[in-house]
Amino acid sequence: MLPVLLVLTLVELGSGLVLGRFEAQLLQYPTLLALVPVTIGTAGNLGSILAARLSTSFHLGTLSFDPDDEHLVGNAVATFALALSIFPVVGVGAWGLTALIGGVQLPLRIVFTIAVTSGIALATLVIAVTFTATYVAYRFSLDPDDVVIPVVTNTCDVLGVVVLFATVQLLL
Amino acid sequence: MTVRDVARDAYREALPALAASLVGGLFAGVILSGMRAELRAVPGLLVLVPALLATRGNVYGSLGARISTALHQGLVEPRIRGGDERLRSAVAAALANGLLASVFAAVASFAVLTVLDAVVAPLPVLVSIALVSGLLSGVALAGVVVTAVFAGYRRGRDPDTLVGPLVTTTGDLFGMLFLLVAVRLVLSLSGVL
Repeated sequence: MLPVLLVLTLVELGSGLVLGRFEAQLLQYPTLLALVPVTIGTAGNLGSILAARLSTSFHLGTLSFDPDDEHLVGNAVATFALALSIFPVVGVGAWGLTALIGGVQLPLRIVFTIAVTSGIALATLVIAVTFTATYVAYRFSLDPDDVVIPVVTNTCDVLGVVVLFATVQLLL
Repeated sequence: MTVRDVARDAYREALPALAASLVGGLFAGVILSGMRAELRAVPGLLVLVPALLATRGNVYGSLGARISTALHQGLVEPRIRGGDERLRSAVAAALANGLLASVFAAVASFAVLTVLDAVVAPLPVLVSIALVSGLLSGVALAGVVVTAVFAGYRRGRDPDTLVGPLVTTTGDLFGMLFLLVAVRLVLSLSGVL
């Protein structure tokens, strides 16, 4: 447990360093800071749920790595639908809750656009990362439950911060 | 099964857990955005935040999974009183792992930021914040995980399905709350603020 934990901590340090690079902007706009934990958490959860489902289909023998496979396509569609349901709430929630505590406030339209754009980009990346990790585990005959879920969850945590950073630079 | 069936199943199964962690994440975000004074006072603290939050999820999620498995196998009784040996050692191991990973995160961020020539708070400040927040959130999370898994099990629910959403929700919230408590405590003790 401990060696894996320490490696994962180093991976998470990568997302911390990205956060550190836009610390000035985050401190200027409390709403952006409020988006950080929820974006990381949602990206990580989307990844771990998708990885767990693919891993189960894989163990049940219902998964094939074919672009027409209904488990691959169906789970990818569900990941997009989940991102499209959750991220609008992330934007409105972060805006509404930080409006209560004060500080320089960004317009709702901007916060909403940042959240939804990050969400769509993250869903695409989560699908790509999870499919790749599951495929690699399959090729190397590793148990996807052991390898894929922690790798995907922590990679998606990092991607959450990177995508949020990129979106903020693009839209602000 | 068609693509549509697979997608609908996956969506319905995942939405409640995602919604629960959304609430935890939003409140954690509000605490973080209320911590701007502390983030300015302790340069490098923001770099630590993702690692500390992920440690809570990784360590206490695995504690929950271990206790559920032990309950399913009948190795642990679903009672907190009586001090079951296995339960105590699982909780102690989780606390130790959590503390070690937190301190490791503090030392590693300090080292990386120093190498990058960035402004960073003194190492003892970062390490004490990581220790205090790791201890407080660890005790709180272990308490929540054990209580909820036992309560769920006694009511005939599968504790495995409780652990994931519970840990992602309370992990972010307690992780951030006790980080704030730890920063304030360390800053007031060291006389910086």
